[in-house]
Amino acid sequence: MSADHERHPLFMPLIFVGGLIFGFGLGFSHMARPEVVLSFLQFEDFGLLFVMFGAAIVTGLAVFGSTALRTTAPLTGDTYRRRLKTLDKNVVIGGGIFGVGWGLSGICPGAAYASLGIGNYAILWGIAGMFIGAYVQGFWRSTRAEQRSPTTAD
Amino acid sequence: MSTPLPVAMLAELFPNGISHYAIGGLFVGLGVAVIYLGTGITAGASTFLESTLSYGSTLSRFQQYRPSRDWRVVFTLGIAAGAAVYAVTVQDGIWTTDVQPWRLLGGGILVGIGTRVGKGCTSGHGVCGVGSASSTSFVGVVTFLLIAIGTAQLVQAAGVSP
Repeated sequence: MSADHERHPLFMPLIFVGGLIFGFGLGFSHMARPEVVLSFLQFEDFGLLFVMFGAAIVTGLAVFGSTALRTTAPLTGDTYRRRLKTLDKNVVIGGGIFGVGWGLSGICPGAAYASLGIGNYAILWGIAGMFIGAYVQGFWRSTRAEQRSPTTAD
Repeated sequence: MSTPLPVAMLAELFPNGISHYAIGGLFVGLGVAVIYLGTGITAGASTFLESTLSYGSTLSRFQQYRPSRDWRVVFTLGIAAGAAVYAVTVQDGIWTTDVQPWRLLGGGILVGIGTRVGKGCTSGHGVCGVGSASSTSFVGVVTFLLIAIGTAQLVQAAGVSP
């Protein structure tokens, strides 16, 4: 994806508005509260299932419905594509490490940014941790001697 | 007076109701859908960590995200702003967590490593990936969900609270 995409005057405003709706949803669903996430993981309240699957269903309608109208996105000209990553052992290893972190803290990236928005300044500990972790893995992977094929992630 | 069994079971599974979870989830999906329909981008939240590190680090691992780093900052500012709108309109003031700083910091470090190695987080795999019917994302979600449940139960059993 090239920086040319950002030249459309509505690109950044649309990204911001999308983030705004996304963040409002995280606040409204209480997913920005680590206590609520932990109560889900401890089987005390299964409500969080509705957040992830409700969001996935709406996203699925957009992903599979978009191509019925047009093949490319209006602001970038990019072809509509499903989010498909290759399955390898990293998905399981990384997912496992993320799972331990999520279960220990009750925070995940999007919800942590939203948590700051609802006034939870204590979450800065968690956000600082996420940057440290992202840097550690980047440093480790960049300095490994062997050449790997580039991977992307969201 | 006895409550019908299915209703009692539902009340037990969802002690705080389901409406705010479901409505919040619809908004989360709508935010992703708006960006996708306009730009073709399936926006996940965790790549912001690596892409933002490219402003201060020359490591190739981060520099590969240069083309997307600006809009990812805007997306993240939007997320925080959207939650702030919720805080002033619905939540009625700020809210802070009682979860201890060491849990947030330690958990955050593992989240930072894990989401980047595992190619996605709860929004990248859980929302965009599952919404795309990606088998890789199903594997990712099942893995982190099961491990998170086990971890949270262990921490609770060890008596750590909050």
